[in-house]
Formats: sequence, C-alpha cells, structure tokens
Amino acid sequence: MKKKNQTTNTNKYLLAGLTMVCILLMLLSVFYEKTAGPFKVLANLTVIPMQQGFNKVGSLLIDFSENFGTLEEARKLNKSLQAQIDELIMQNNNLQEEKYELERLRELYKLDQNYAEYEKVGARVISKDPGNWFSSFTIDKGSLNGIRVDMNVIAGSGLVGIVTEVGPTWATVRSIIDDSSNMGGMVLSTSDTCIVRGDLSLINDGKMRFEQMENNDNKVEVGEQIVTSHISDKFLQGILIGYVSEVQVDSNNMTRSGYLTPVVNFKKLQEVLVITKTKAELTGTDITQEDAGAAQPAETEAGGEDGNGAEEGQPSGNEPPEGQPAENGTGEGAPPEEGTAQGESTGEGAQEDMPAGGEAGGTEGQ
Amino acid sequence: MKGIKIKRVIVTALTVCICYMLQCTLFPNLALASIKPNILIILTASYGFMRGPRDGMLVGFFSGLLTDIQFGNILGFYALIYLLAGYVNGLFEQMYYDDDVKLPLAMVGATEFIYGLIVYLLMFMLRSEFDFLHYLRHIIIPELIYTIVVTLGLYPLILFINRRLEAEEKRSAGKFV
Repeated sequence: MKKKNQTTNTNKYLLAGLTMVCILLMLLSVFYEKTAGPFKVLANLTVIPMQQGFNKVGSLLIDFSENFGTLEEARKLNKSLQAQIDELIMQNNNLQEEKYELERLRELYKLDQNYAEYEKVGARVISKDPGNWFSSFTIDKGSLNGIRVDMNVIAGSGLVGIVTEVGPTWATVRSIIDDSSNMGGMVLSTSDTCIVRGDLSLINDGKMRFEQMENNDNKVEVGEQIVTSHISDKFLQGILIGYVSEVQVDSNNMTRSGYLTPVVNFKKLQEVLVITKTKAELTGTDITQEDAGAAQPAETEAGGEDGNGAEEGQPSGNEPPEGQPAENGTGEGAPPEEGTAQGESTGEGAQEDMPAGGEAGGTEGQ
Repeated sequence: MKGIKIKRVIVTALTVCICYMLQCTLFPNLALASIKPNILIILTASYGFMRGPRDGMLVGFFSGLLTDIQFGNILGFYALIYLLAGYVNGLFEQMYYDDDVKLPLAMVGATEFIYGLIVYLLMFMLRSEFDFLHYLRHIIIPELIYTIVVTLGLYPLILFINRRLEAEEKRSAGKFV
C-alpha cells in the first residue's frame, strides 16, 4: 500500500514537473524566438535523417513496383513516343523561333519581372504535418543550402507557401491553403487587390477564399488569374496563386469576395522550388524589422484594418455618407493607386469605401 | 535488471520515433478525404493504460514535443496536450485487462475526441472560427473513426511489444529470487 502511494506521488510530481516544462517552453517560445534552437539541433540529429531515409525507401519501393508491371507497356509506349518526338522536334523548331521573337518583344515591353527569372533551389517534401488541422510540410533543404525564413516556395507554375522555420538541413513551409495563412493577392488583369486566405473547410474542395476586393467598375470574371500583389511584404510580386472560381459582391456592396482554385495540387506535392530571394531583400527593407512579424505577411494589412474598424465601426454606421477628413487616414490597407483612380471620379464613394472596409475587417477579427 | 530497464527505454523511444515518422511520411499518403489517423494518440493512450501514468506521460510528452519542434507554432503546446492525455489514460490502468479490446478502443476514441475538441478550441475558436459543427463533421469525427479503425490494427502490435518486454522482465526478476 505504501509503495503504491509512493508511486502515485512520484507520478503527480512528474505530471506537475512536465506540465511546468511545457508551460515554460510555451512562454519562452512566445517571448523569445530562439528557444527552439537547441530542439532544432535535436531534431536535426534524430528525426530528419530518418525521415529522409523513409522517403528514399518509399520512392525506391514505388520505383521497384512500377518497374515490373510496366515493361510491356513501356515498349508499346516507346514506339508511339518515338513518333511523337519527331513531330515535337518540328514543333519545337517553330517554337524556338517564336521564343526569340517573344524575348525581343518582352525586352521591348520591359516585362522582365517574370518570376521565371528568380533564382530557385529545388527541394523534396520529406514530411507533412501530423495533424489534420494545419497543412505545413518539411523540405530537405535548410540553411546550409541557403534557405532562409520568409522565402517563397513555388511548384510548377504556382505559389505553394512560405518558409516559416529553418534548420541546418531542413525547413518548414506553411502552405497557402493552411488555415492560418493570409496574404495579399491581386487580380492580374485589373490590378485590384484582395486578401487571399487559406480555409480548412475549403481544403477538401481544393479552393481558397479571397475577400476585401474593391467593388468597382472593373469586371472580375471566373477563370481570371490571381497573383501575389505588390503590397505584400513577404510574397514576391506576380506569382500565380490560382484562378477565380466564384465571385460575388458582399452584402455591404463595397467589397467583393469569392473563391479561387489554386494552381498547385497540394495533395500530390513532392518537389518544390524555393526562390532564394526574399521580398525584404528585393525591396531593401530592414530585415531585423521583418523578423519581428514572422507570422503572416498580410496580417499587417489586415491588422491595420482591424484596428481602424474597432475604433470607427460604430460612428460610420450612423453618420451620413459624407466621410469626414479624419477617416481618410484609415485607407492604409487599400492600395494607393485605387484611391487615386477612384478619388478623381467619385470622391465621395472612395471616402466611403475606406471605413466600410475597415468595418468588415473589424467584425472579422472579433 | 538494469539492462532490461534500459532495453525498455530504448524500445519505447524507438516506437515513439517510428510512429512519429510514419505519421509524417506514410499516413499523409494514406489520407482519406484529406483526413489522416492520429497514431500518436493511439500510442500515448495505449502506453497510458497499459503501463500507467508515468510511461503514458513520458511517451505523450516526447511525441508531442517532436510535433512541436517540427510543425508547432508554440513549443510545448502539443507536448502538454499529449502529456495530459497520457496521464489521464494512465489513471485507467486498474480497469485494464490485456484481452479486452473494448476498453482500449473506447479510451483511444475518447482521447482522440477530446484532443480534437481542444485543438479546435485553442487553435480555431480563438481565431474566431465559430462554425463548430462543420469542423466536427469534417475533421473531428472522420479523424476519430479513422483512428479507431487503425487502432484495431496497431493496438495488438503495441500490446505484443509490451508483452514481450514484460515477459523478459519477469524472467530476469525470477532469476534473482
């Protein structure tokens, strides 16, 4: 009996002790970002090499099983492919010609901002978030390969996510469909900006939400491209996010929102490309300043609107539509060019837009 | 005696590592409707009611910590949840018999459900995602069902490892008497 009491006592001490450790770690990691450092080294020594090994074994097995069943198929395919090659060579020659022409024209139009020219590093996805609530993953390149926090990650032609954590040989990437992801987007054809949010409840449908797009005369149609915007401070401009699949005017009649289908298939993500330039480097913003808000890129924008919405949500509801000059300051969240574009023609309308946008942000943030 | 203890520690640590690894590498590929089972919960709960609160706590703490290190926003968050899961399951040690599969299933199910609720409450409701029923229907319940199904396969394996170790412990204890 006595012995049993003793063990239950030690268990309680252990429970209390480990709970304290957990709470301490949480507090530390909230207030001091470098807490995870030693643990990262630990992970680097134990888990990561094993995950890489697992991954190799997995892909070997897949290769192995595929080798068998498909020999016959491969022969048949080979013949038809040979014919195709001949055809393609012809086409390719034609395209080469056109490509040179395109290059010349691009130079003429100074369209060299295309993201195909960013320097990239290829990486393999080695593990994914163990839970069902978030969708981040780990890649097998880290600070030794020049990866740093806030680098953009793409796959194929579209944006995948952003690097949130870096170890020596690995990095964690938060994908854009993750529920905590939030970033500035822009309709390619009209340059209307919006906020693109990952949403857990839409992941299964393969969609994402966009909101807070100004409801102006520009028509946004289904199938239009949404790219990363020029006001985002973490995402490089002009990377394709996805295509609009649904758009509607919000009940406040001033903003539009809807759904978009990302170009990347997140379920079958195996290899990704990391762009080895961060927006902060390109724009020359102070990096130490950037590090503080390592969380969401668009949060700064949304946060600004939230604050304004909370302050001015009430008065703007009762007051007559002539916006007071004080409210002009709340338009920080909206891109500057829209303000000028609209301010000329419908001065009142533009002023009115701002507090409304703020209000929407405010209710959302509660 | 000491050697046996070290062996148990090593085997347990390996089990945790392998389960975590499978959770991150294999199970994302086996996901049904983008839901994957949570074998770390199965492991933690099983060690809890098979071996008591102490082992449950330790196994839970380390599997949670691994998750935190690689994927967590806050270090220690998952560690605390799994730690408590291991402890609470450990309290049911007296009610547990090897041959009965109902209690393990019920315990794993309950733990998984409460785990889902806690994650929703702390990570989603606090970010003003109030559509609880949606998350219940599309994440928590499917994960629960999938996890219970996997438990049917995984639990006998954990039980087998545990029995082997216990048999060895008994044998070496017998030698000394």
